[in-house]
Amino acid sequence: MSNSEIIYTVIFYVFGLLTIGSACIVAFSRNILHSAFALLLTFFGVAGLYVFLQADFLAAAQVVIYVGGILVLILFAVMLTNKITDIHMSNPATKPWLAAPLVLIVFAGLTWLIVKTDWAVVETAKLISEPTVEKIGYAIMGKYLLPFELISVLLLGALLGAAYLARPKKKD
Amino acid sequence: MAILQSFPLQHFLIIAAMLFCLGIYVILTRKNAVAILMGVELILNATNINLVALSRYVANDISGQVFAVFVIILAAAEAAVALAIIINIYQNFKTVDVDKTDELKG
Repeated sequence: MSNSEIIYTVIFYVFGLLTIGSACIVAFSRNILHSAFALLLTFFGVAGLYVFLQADFLAAAQVVIYVGGILVLILFAVMLTNKITDIHMSNPATKPWLAAPLVLIVFAGLTWLIVKTDWAVVETAKLISEPTVEKIGYAIMGKYLLPFELISVLLLGALLGAAYLARPKKKD
Repeated sequence: MAILQSFPLQHFLIIAAMLFCLGIYVILTRKNAVAILMGVELILNATNINLVALSRYVANDISGQVFAVFVIILAAAEAAVALAIIINIYQNFKTVDVDKTDELKG
């Protein structure tokens, strides 16, 4: 292995560990604020994994939409729905002894499937390694035009619905 | 500069499986509605990793990335509506504990 390969490998596993470790904090922290901030690191870690999959557009979109949009929304919701005084125990877990074995069984099954399956992986030389923005643009405006239009209507509906639900009630 | 080195597909899939299982765990154990929403986001991220990894290593095109974009948009819409509902629940019940908001229960 050359020097740069070693560096890439180290960075890859650092991103993987960052993703899983902060997801563990999200899952096991008893303070919901810690969970929300750990979710930030999870999203960053996933963006890093996208970079290793040559998905440059998705990595940028992940940072902009998840970190800049969804996480801010979640933080707002945390702040608006918890009193500052009781935020330390704001995220109680119920029956973890029941959920943990179930989840471990699911994970074992998935791992077994992933390891045992003979994935039809394309050989490394044939993998595409070029910027994807242009291709995604053509795909959205060509082959996937109908889903794109549907999702824009859905976004409009979600926007109106959220604004309607969140506005204060009129007193009459 | 493109990263020319490629890592085994299975490593991505196992990371995604871990994220998925942690998301399921969050949804199963948490009482706080906002925390449950975080679990859903974890699961959606796991799905996205799988879509992108499989489209790169098996299909070798960008269809999976287009679907991942759609999933991200759906996650944003879902988060906005769910949080509006959660804030409404908080105004009505003064709690976001999903076990205590059981007025519709027969």
